[in-house]
Amino acid sequence: MNLTRQDVEKIAHLARLSITEQEMPVYVTSLSSIVNFVDELSRAQTGGVEPMAHPLDGQHQRLRPDAVTESDDHEKYQANAPAVQGGLYVVPRVID
Amino acid sequence: MLHTLSIGELGEKLKSAQISSVELTRHFLARIERLNPALNALITLTAEPALEAAAAADARRAAGEDGPLLGIPLIHKDIFCTDGVRTSCGSRMLDNFIAPYDATVVTRLKAAGAVMLGKANMDEFAMGSSNETSYYGPVRNPWDTTKVPGGSSGGSAAATAARLAPFATGTDTGGSIRQPAALTGVTGVKPTYGRVSRFGMIAFASSLDQAGVFARSAADAAIVLKVMAGFDPRDSTSIDAPVPDYPAALGAPLTGLKIGLLREFFEGLEPRNAALIHEALKIYRGLGAQTVEVSLPHLPLSVPTYYVVAPAECSSNLSRFDGVRFGYRCEQPKDLLDLYTRSRGEGFGAEVKRRIMTGTYVLSAGYFDAYYLKAQKVRRLITDDFRAAFAQADLLIGPTTPTPAFAIGAKINDPVTMYLNDIYTIGANLAGLPGLSLPCGYVDELPMGLQLIGPHFSEAKLLNAAHRFQQTTDWHAHAPRGYE
Repeated sequence: MNLTRQDVEKIAHLARLSITEQEMPVYVTSLSSIVNFVDELSRAQTGGVEPMAHPLDGQHQRLRPDAVTESDDHEKYQANAPAVQGGLYVVPRVID
Repeated sequence: MLHTLSIGELGEKLKSAQISSVELTRHFLARIERLNPALNALITLTAEPALEAAAAADARRAAGEDGPLLGIPLIHKDIFCTDGVRTSCGSRMLDNFIAPYDATVVTRLKAAGAVMLGKANMDEFAMGSSNETSYYGPVRNPWDTTKVPGGSSGGSAAATAARLAPFATGTDTGGSIRQPAALTGVTGVKPTYGRVSRFGMIAFASSLDQAGVFARSAADAAIVLKVMAGFDPRDSTSIDAPVPDYPAALGAPLTGLKIGLLREFFEGLEPRNAALIHEALKIYRGLGAQTVEVSLPHLPLSVPTYYVVAPAECSSNLSRFDGVRFGYRCEQPKDLLDLYTRSRGEGFGAEVKRRIMTGTYVLSAGYFDAYYLKAQKVRRLITDDFRAAFAQADLLIGPTTPTPAFAIGAKINDPVTMYLNDIYTIGANLAGLPGLSLPCGYVDELPMGLQLIGPHFSEAKLLNAAHRFQQTTDWHAHAPRGYE
């Protein structure tokens, strides 16, 4: 099943990825070949088989007590931010 | 020569004060300076902090402390967060990222006194089988610098093979420790899923990723794995099970060990590759093992299964890289959407974008059942096949890779051809099983690997089987020309 350019544009938008005009045909071709490759899975007999999300059986999401264990290190963690003001991350205007 | 000694031998020299950790560290830093430019195995060198850490290890030793890794140098794959040191994951997206904390793997090795020399080059975000997708350029195989070292942990593998450090850490999601170990003639271990903490290890595919080790022998790998492994409450998928004394278990005899030959691994196997595996089997029979043929009928579906599951998980994990809080931000974004799309479009390389988009597609409305849910069902079938095989055999044996190291540039333009390099390694990741690759000979004068796969938490047996093989053969002791 080959993907169209529109398919790739839609996927790129969902994934918030900008693809240049030049790159677009390459992605259409390579994504189509990958999708064709994984289409082989459709031939597997999986009636009555439970999907497997975790490689080890019987695992449950472990919870911890609802107690405060972390400290406020926001300055340390915001040191890597492109733009910070007053402890807030600065981005282009979102709401007009 | 210090760089030809095992971790055990280095430990003896440190203990008897024949050398100091500072001298040992200087020795490896000098080798890196001289030999790394031809390999490009490192992204970040931390020479001054290494010498400080070495001095601290010497002080600990002078104060009466001892431990098998105290003062021993290592290199960390650049996927592990290292406090105060750039952690790039091989990507432009994190080129400016200074990790504000240590990964648990880093913390444990530091606590044991190991000395970090630097961060190893890798395929971008651990996606690749050749170390050609790194923002920092390809890594070259020390056995032939026109060839790839494998990936994604290509830098760690090349550095270990070139004796730039006694050991290196790596990660394995679809084969990224075992495959480069095979292509560079070293021993690489991927533990059971949940055996080693993923806290601070930049996530690619959360149900597949596992941290492990490269070393020049199973004996060395056993020492390192014992320190790395163990429950970590900060990793919600970490398994709370005791860590066996891997080094103590190395020498056990193999009499009665049942080794399963996977029919699907041997079908269509290139004859010279097959010959090496059969030679290895003779050695195992000589050591007292028996062989039995087993079949994993769904194994041929493992590569397509992986290339649905891993991209799906990566599309989710890499959504955090948005140009807002850390990492690359594009210049002069005109609005929020532009900030996201261009930071990600410019910050990520082509293979990463391909996998994010594949993942987005297979998870999208209308396709989720046909692809992702289907893949998860096939994953269960593959895992059940392994379980049935382990009812008949203690461990499984086969090749690690279909071919020896290929030329840089040879496969990079065809993703599906590149993906098929993982054909023998991927099954173990899908089933969460431990796997190990050790050197077993040469094809076209390039190293080849023998792969051992065991049931969950059988690392001790895998290391034991590898160690007994290495006591009878010396492939693992060979160095590439120029790196002796």
